[in-house]
Amino acid sequence: MNELLLLGLADDELILGWRDSEWTGIAPMLEEDVAFSSIAQNEIGHARAVYELLADDADVLAFDRKPEEYRCAPLVELHLLDWGRTIARRCLYEVADEIRITALMEDDDARVAGLAAKINREEAYHRMHAEMWRERLADTPQFRSAVDELWRYALGVLPPKQREALAARLGREQVDAVERGTHDDAFAALHDEMTMVRRSAPAGAQW
Amino acid sequence: MAAVEISRDEQAFLEYVQGGGQVETSDWLPADYRAKLVKFIEMHGNSELMGVLPEREWILRAPTLQRKLALTAKVQDEVGHAQLIYRVVEDLGKSREQCLADLVSGKSKFHNVFHYPTRTWGDVGVIAWLVDAAAIISQKALLKCSYAPYARIMKKICWEESFHILHGRDVILAMVTGTPAQFELVQEALNRWWGPLMQFHGNPIPAEDDPMFLWRIKSQGNEEARQQFLDGYVPQILELGLTVPDPQLRKRDDGVWEYTEPDWAELKSVVTGHGPCTAQRLAFRAHFIDQEQWVRDAVLAA
Amino acid sequence: MIWEVFRQDRKGQPFEHAGSLDAPDAEFAEAWAREQYGRRGESVALWLAPRDAVHVVGDWADEFDLKYRRVDGYSIKARLKEARERAAAAGTG
Repeated sequence: MNELLLLGLADDELILGWRDSEWTGIAPMLEEDVAFSSIAQNEIGHARAVYELLADDADVLAFDRKPEEYRCAPLVELHLLDWGRTIARRCLYEVADEIRITALMEDDDARVAGLAAKINREEAYHRMHAEMWRERLADTPQFRSAVDELWRYALGVLPPKQREALAARLGREQVDAVERGTHDDAFAALHDEMTMVRRSAPAGAQW
Repeated sequence: MAAVEISRDEQAFLEYVQGGGQVETSDWLPADYRAKLVKFIEMHGNSELMGVLPEREWILRAPTLQRKLALTAKVQDEVGHAQLIYRVVEDLGKSREQCLADLVSGKSKFHNVFHYPTRTWGDVGVIAWLVDAAAIISQKALLKCSYAPYARIMKKICWEESFHILHGRDVILAMVTGTPAQFELVQEALNRWWGPLMQFHGNPIPAEDDPMFLWRIKSQGNEEARQQFLDGYVPQILELGLTVPDPQLRKRDDGVWEYTEPDWAELKSVVTGHGPCTAQRLAFRAHFIDQEQWVRDAVLAA
Repeated sequence: MIWEVFRQDRKGQPFEHAGSLDAPDAEFAEAWAREQYGRRGESVALWLAPRDAVHVVGDWADEFDLKYRRVDGYSIKARLKEARERAAAAGTG
């Protein structure tokens, strides 16, 4: 089991789910607010399932590490509270994630392969959602410039050997990727907020 | 059953709804009835939508994955309710766009409890448990609303609200059985929310003087709803070792609850837009309506 | 565009009107209806129909007493009672 890779996957899903849930109550239409919230919940559910493969207590992995110990890609950390960039990120992430998850479905470890297959079935709906939005926004300058801006971040979701597949799927040239393993200031703020209630009681307290 | 012929006469209409009759969108509705319906249902929709904001920021702070998921799902329900309710208003002739414009400009109102800050995770529990409990009492009384399309969506809404109370009570139970500091967070939150909760169902005006009752939009009076809330929830609060911050509160031998007169001036001031968080929350909501207008233009202008 | 949504609780059950939804096309209507009427597992299937496509019929004229077609058109109770009494009287007589 490639634990570092799985931890990266789980952290991506956790932090993207966290970012997506920031849209609760303020999405461009109420219908989409409800839809987006389900996607955020699914992402966090995926993170939890992967953490459970890696440790006894998913919450300890999700909340109790130091910021520098998180393995998420910079793409999912970005604070993008505008819809054009949010949807651009979703569209890019879904394609990258599909490449990654499909590869994991062939993993030698049956537990990993089985979980990847389960995640993939739920992601199929996310892809449909992303594609529906991409079709509608494709011609807007807001969406187009967001995809350009986020492309180098999207490459950083995948290990180098899978990037060619991503570039081919999206019809783009590879550029220098923003690599996993470093975090910006926005992540420190996110981590601080994410853990504030949990930190307020001694370790082991029940919530 | 033979269809009841509703006469184009307001008095006959009134008698019909007072006798338990229900009407549909396509039926003739007296102008006053329609106006009262729009005002009442719109305020309900506004409240669901604004009710998201006190909890929204705590989705980002929830202390476990399970709590985060449950709270996200609860808040998602509230947005879904706003969607259903504004749809009913739209079929009565007022667009969602107009409802939202009137909401953020302060022209229309929303419930008092959503004008207050959410200070701690204790408040999150109290909101999900007791604010939702107070709300479900009002909403259950709408299952019999004379306007059938509204009564019908209330079935789904009440069903979903029941999950919220479960979630809220579970959050509270985890904290009251936790550390002394966690217990204290709950007690402090209860102290903060008790006043607004007692104001929630409104002035104890006799049901017959309430135009919403007259048209059988509501099926019970304000005081009846408050008594039901006290009866259902005071025992549940006390059994956890919590204290209700009202020394006058007691149940008389005849079953009626006595309590300190709620601060009606505060209620009036808060719902007319002068609550501690009113301006900030409306500005926050308005900002995103404005910022994302281009998305609605791109998607809905098909 | 308003879509009327019908949902089915369980396989074999009738589809019931669940509410309506404003969505720009069938794709968005599907995505949003799935969420609004199915996210808690309360539906096994949905029907989405544009409101304009629903032809409404809401009144029937019954001016010449056609109640023999309805269940309330028969006063079986009184006649059944009489028939039973007669049969009983004949049996004992």
